[in-house]
Amino acid sequence: MDNFMAARSQMALSLAFHIIFSCIGMVMPFFMAVSHYLWIKTDNLIYKNITRAWSKGVAIFFATGAVSGTVLSFELGLLWPEFMKHAGPIFGMPFSLEGTAFFIEAIALGFFLYGWGRFNKWFHWITGLIVGISGLVSGILVVAANSWMNSPSGFDYVNGKYINIDPIKAMFNKAWFSQALHMCIAAFAATGFAVAGVHALMILRKRNVSFHYRAFKIAALFAIVAAILQPLSGDISAKNVARLQPPKLAAMEAVYKTEKGVPLLIGGIPNDSTQEVKYAIRLPNLLSFLAYDNFNAEIKGLDQVPATDRPPVAVTHYSFQVMVALGMFMLLIAILYLIILIKKKSWQNKRWLLKLFAIATPMGFMAVEAGWTVTETGRQPWIIYGIMRTKDAVTPMPGIIYSFYIFTAVYISLSLIVIFMLYRQIKMVPVLYDVTNDKNMH
Amino acid sequence: MLYVVIAYLWLSLLLYLLFGGADFGAGILELFTTKKNRVRTRKTTYRAIGPIWEANHMWLIIAIVIMFVGFPDIYTVMSLYLHIPLVIMLLGIIARGTAFSFRHYDAIRDDMQTVYNRIFTWSSFITPLFLGIIAASTVSSAIDTHAHGFLDAYIFSWLRVFNITVGLFTISICAFLAAVFLIGEADNDKDRTRFISKAKSSNMFAVISGAMVFLSARYEHIPLAVWIFGNAVSLCAIIAALASLILFWYLLSKGKTKVLRILAGFQITMILLAVTYPHFPKIILLKNGGYLSLTDESGEQKAIESLAIALLVGSIFILPALFYLIYSFKKPSEEQSL
Repeated sequence: MDNFMAARSQMALSLAFHIIFSCIGMVMPFFMAVSHYLWIKTDNLIYKNITRAWSKGVAIFFATGAVSGTVLSFELGLLWPEFMKHAGPIFGMPFSLEGTAFFIEAIALGFFLYGWGRFNKWFHWITGLIVGISGLVSGILVVAANSWMNSPSGFDYVNGKYINIDPIKAMFNKAWFSQALHMCIAAFAATGFAVAGVHALMILRKRNVSFHYRAFKIAALFAIVAAILQPLSGDISAKNVARLQPPKLAAMEAVYKTEKGVPLLIGGIPNDSTQEVKYAIRLPNLLSFLAYDNFNAEIKGLDQVPATDRPPVAVTHYSFQVMVALGMFMLLIAILYLIILIKKKSWQNKRWLLKLFAIATPMGFMAVEAGWTVTETGRQPWIIYGIMRTKDAVTPMPGIIYSFYIFTAVYISLSLIVIFMLYRQIKMVPVLYDVTNDKNMH
Repeated sequence: MLYVVIAYLWLSLLLYLLFGGADFGAGILELFTTKKNRVRTRKTTYRAIGPIWEANHMWLIIAIVIMFVGFPDIYTVMSLYLHIPLVIMLLGIIARGTAFSFRHYDAIRDDMQTVYNRIFTWSSFITPLFLGIIAASTVSSAIDTHAHGFLDAYIFSWLRVFNITVGLFTISICAFLAAVFLIGEADNDKDRTRFISKAKSSNMFAVISGAMVFLSARYEHIPLAVWIFGNAVSLCAIIAALASLILFWYLLSKGKTKVLRILAGFQITMILLAVTYPHFPKIILLKNGGYLSLTDESGEQKAIESLAIALLVGSIFILPALFYLIYSFKKPSEEQSL
């Protein structure tokens, strides 16, 4: 692996790691706010215990997300100094604001985690809600910075110089809204399915059913709303990509040749040398329709861009397929559960339904990782789309491969420890959070 | 507007040194505490810094964002030539932050605690060591932007006796801050006496390592003495620091914990002022005699302006909330927290 690939791998690894922790850290506080609210309203101790159990998870995930985020703010410069030298002042606005949002989140988390019994109930509840809101704002801002790389604006690029910088315009670039919307809903769906899945598994094993059932229901409600909204935001995203980054859309759907009335491919193995896709299911004219609301619209293929400016097709295509497939699966579960909640209440406790949720536990996060791969790989070979190439941005320092190995080892160990700790949290639920055992209540 | 940004940069570094430093110090003290007292130190530490733990480390993020938005060329030079110490510092930050919350939130208390503790204490020691090394590298004229070999460009830019002594001095400052802070947090006389003696020993270690910094600077031909004693501001700052140090020792056994904290914070502020003022606005001194300055290398006007506004608006939200957080948790609690 050369230095450039090592730097890219380290960046990908750091982002892939951080994205999971930051999603959970920004979404779980909303689940907590609901159960916390239910506790204050109903005085049912189970809800208090759910809130407390979840808040421990949030503390673990927040701490890990915070340090991995700190690492990323340095890694941008450590791995891509040439990029940061020029991009820093232009796309810095969301980062400066994110500093504030993140700070508020950390302060509110201090109030929330350590505030049991110290404050007015509603003040305490609001601090928990602020953790969620400021986390969500942080997420939107960071995605806005990323979207600038996809749709650079707020400066003029003249003779290799970046002039007339306008940080506000750069922040509100053409891609920020669709990307931020898609990412936020994804975070809710992924965290919702992950949390609901774990609690479903516990119900299936008949452990503390009343505790897990209530927790399951809160998480599942968030999950299904997000899963139903997500295809709509995906549609907005796809239309935006078609307009702003035609090569990315072409790579996502492996469109080699520019044509009218292009079919939507499901699956398939793209081959760069023959410029064909084998074994795909083709839905006629659907891609043209999805991208431009017109069954006969022209889709710009990869033949429109010089070979050196093309993103890698296979990785982008497969990741896109994985993301869509997982999204569709979650959508089906969501619709099914919605019908059950409205029409077939008696099916709510059916084992097959819980099994379905248990199976879906990792799916949301797999879809998040796949989608992130699509947006990042699909932008290649550019780090700033159309302006700066990723390989021109990489650090000249040799030996990045060793730092990649070290970070890989660290992130794998951290993931294992976090999983191990969650396992122990869940194992201790009967002791710490069972209502019948009330020495922990006061 | 540029000066607003520079002021924020200096303040966030100071606050990171004070609050983040005291956090690091708590881990360092734990490392140098006898086994039988460790549990007590840990408990006091946790009670004292638990709620503001995450917030203390935000100052570093603010500083780094100011660097890459406002001074991208300086940020780039540092990321390039100080890559290795920065990575080590980051690994320290990861290890420390996660170990601190893991050891508290692990639902089962068993042998894993020993693992978390060991990671926490050692990373508490290593992280400020490298923070000091990085800070020293900016002024030790060792960064060579024309270097050819790997060693000259990426190793000898920071691996020098002077830088290491500054790293040790940073460790001693952190330990000192933590000890002084914990004197006021101890809930019994025995612990209080223990933290007082820690404050004494870390203060002596600070004086010794401070002297080593001067010696190593002489050895490496870094005109540190001229910088610090050669201008009125730095000289006054050092005199003020010394005066408050004398007062500090006088008051140490008298139990005036609040005054002690203010004096300790004041000393560190004066030291930071004394070492940063003589270079201002230069921030990195290069090997070839050149330098990077905050006023020359700042990004475009518009970027600086919006950064300044973001910082000003941010402080309106952050500071009152932060003060209220610190204030709230000084009151005795009715229910044990989680």
